[in-house]
Amino acid sequence: MDGNAPNRAFAHRHLLGIEGLSADEITYLLDLADTYFEFNRGPDKKLDMLRGCTVMNLFFEDSTRTRTSFELAGKRLGGDVINMSVRSSSIKKGETVIDTAMTLNAMNPDVLIVRHPDSGAVELLSQKVTCSVINAGDGSHEHPTQALLDALTIRRRRGGLQGLKVAICGDIVHSRVARSNIHLLNTMGARVRLIAPRTLIPEGVERLGVEVFYDMKEGLEDCDIVMMLRLQSERMHGNFFPSIREYFHFFGLDYEKLASAKPDALIMHPGPMNRGVEIDSEVADDFGRSAIREQVEMGVAVRMACLELLTLNRPETEQGNL
Amino acid sequence: MAGKPSESLGRVAYVNARLVDPASGLDAPGALLTEGEVIADFGAGLFSEGVPEGIKVVDCGGHCLIPGLVDIRVQLREPGEEHKGTLASGGRAATAGGITTMVCLPNTVPVIDDMSVVEFIARRARLLGLTKVYCYGAVTKGLEGRALAEMGMLAEAGAVAFTDGVKAVGDAQVMRRALSYAGTYRLLIVQHPEESSLAEDGAMNAGETATRLGLQGIPRAAEIIIVERDIRLVEMTGGRIHFAHVSTAEAIEAVARAKARGLNVTCDTAPPYFALNETAVGDYRTFAKLSPPLRAEADRQAVVDGLKNGTIDAIASDHAPHDEDAKRLPFAQAACGGIGLETLLPVSLEFYQNGQMSLTDVLRLLTCGPADVLGLSAGRLEKGLPADLTLFDPDRAWKVVADDLLSKSKNSPFDGRPVQGRVLRTVVDGRAVYGREG
Repeated sequence: MDGNAPNRAFAHRHLLGIEGLSADEITYLLDLADTYFEFNRGPDKKLDMLRGCTVMNLFFEDSTRTRTSFELAGKRLGGDVINMSVRSSSIKKGETVIDTAMTLNAMNPDVLIVRHPDSGAVELLSQKVTCSVINAGDGSHEHPTQALLDALTIRRRRGGLQGLKVAICGDIVHSRVARSNIHLLNTMGARVRLIAPRTLIPEGVERLGVEVFYDMKEGLEDCDIVMMLRLQSERMHGNFFPSIREYFHFFGLDYEKLASAKPDALIMHPGPMNRGVEIDSEVADDFGRSAIREQVEMGVAVRMACLELLTLNRPETEQGNL
Repeated sequence: MAGKPSESLGRVAYVNARLVDPASGLDAPGALLTEGEVIADFGAGLFSEGVPEGIKVVDCGGHCLIPGLVDIRVQLREPGEEHKGTLASGGRAATAGGITTMVCLPNTVPVIDDMSVVEFIARRARLLGLTKVYCYGAVTKGLEGRALAEMGMLAEAGAVAFTDGVKAVGDAQVMRRALSYAGTYRLLIVQHPEESSLAEDGAMNAGETATRLGLQGIPRAAEIIIVERDIRLVEMTGGRIHFAHVSTAEAIEAVARAKARGLNVTCDTAPPYFALNETAVGDYRTFAKLSPPLRAEADRQAVVDGLKNGTIDAIASDHAPHDEDAKRLPFAQAACGGIGLETLLPVSLEFYQNGQMSLTDVLRLLTCGPADVLGLSAGRLEKGLPADLTLFDPDRAWKVVADDLLSKSKNSPFDGRPVQGRVLRTVVDGRAVYGREG
């Protein structure tokens, strides 16, 4: 945590997505997050690295866990953290995204952490502000800190990412978590498979460098990591599958399907889980195989690393958007 | 004469037969041996030295012994509309028509969009011991065209393919998702190709006859538009589709082009569309009110050509029984549809009788052709397969008299038609389920 030197290993003003990050940059971020992980387990969880810095969480979409995770990250680094959600702000009064951002920008924050229901909205906003922006999830596009914490979880359990067979299962078409993970895992040399009914597989996804399976037992064969996505009913306009019970029967993770993966395969889920929908309750609670709680813990560490890198970058680099 | 399951079947030799098996191209005099429920042996030389002791002998009198017919589009009306027809009455009509396997549409009451209905029909058919009955599952819940039905689980329960029955899945996005979702499990969707807003309130084919009769017309484009649209959707989704009862030249051409491009597209037609045209409506004959409607002569000829050149994969009866009350109404109010189980074979044989097709080619459209569309192991003669057989005399002449048919409902568009081709014996799983003397 070299507080003052400009960061040549990570020369970006914003963190808008994983696409475009190099393997070295990702590794650098994960290494830094590792040190914060150890720190977070220590007795004194307060630093002054961000003393005097203003961090604003600007969430146009509900999220308690991600926002709390960022808030904790900012406060542990000693920053002043403000939470703004759509309900309590002038957005409801009809102000546009850009106007809101520019209004907040006029208060000179150091970092804006933004979540928005539309893909691309965070990038649009980042072009209008002078501070750094972290994308906490934009529509179905990217959720970079989630992919980073997933990678950290895997790396700590398996020693690395290279060559691992990772199955991402569920509502791929609407998932920003899936997209960010696909970019990251491919960049780090893992082999990604997608498992879902055909209606939940986006068109042309094979060209992102993944294998697609419509049969879960087949897709899980020999996998090291099983990443379950939540079925996002709030994003579904129209018919993607007929019923929860049919979805769970063919695509829910239970022991029978899990049997085709490696015996020590790790089970992950970005949360919140729908028990009995994408994952069987027993499997979710199988603490020997599930890394779901660790993922949450990694989340704070990863977000602290991102805040450190972006706040330290600001005066030095004019490299523009990531 | 329905079979008695308790009787031991033993071995039965069908001798002095003309064996025709379109799947293998066999057409030769010979014999066939069944053992219990399966075909044990068959061929030109079988039993040429006589039949050994202990084998029951059936003398086929030189008539045609073929695989039992496979009818992939039938409305049996049970559960829910038993006044029009039942699994029992439909089964009896089917066996009289030489049909040993039928596939019934899901527009029953309740709709076949739940596994329980699939099991009900399977169990009832098994108990009746007549024709084998499979069913289609619904594409959309309640056949409402909006929410997808549980196609994966319905398939596991035994549904062989999926259709919304006598309606098209009209919304393009719903059809696209249906094709895509069904493709997850490699399931087939069968579409009744009719653009519903164009066909709304129509009573017969749009054209001169409809104009003279003062009846609202259903444009040919209603069929063509859906066929062309859904072919595009198949291309988009990689799904599989089968178009039911094609009746227009352009629809058939579109299917031919799609096949040439390697798309997973098949189609069938029903006897009214190659044996009748819209003039059969005559003076408001409601037995000629069908869906799709009977077309003009040029389309009828195109259907004939489509059957001859192989574009059309199967002939299915599209058996749609209606009670008298539903048909004895002003034309516009009458129900659509005609019965067809007992006329499927003789009307199709007209191609053979007037020299347009060989016997094998006609029978292919009624046996392995439809079976292959649905991936059923039926409609062929093969050692070890169930002994589902039909014995018929292709030359015997008779006249279709609707009231004499075994079907519970009598709404036949072929009423009064002289035909040739009489089923003499129908065998399902080695048991005779229908027989006719003389």
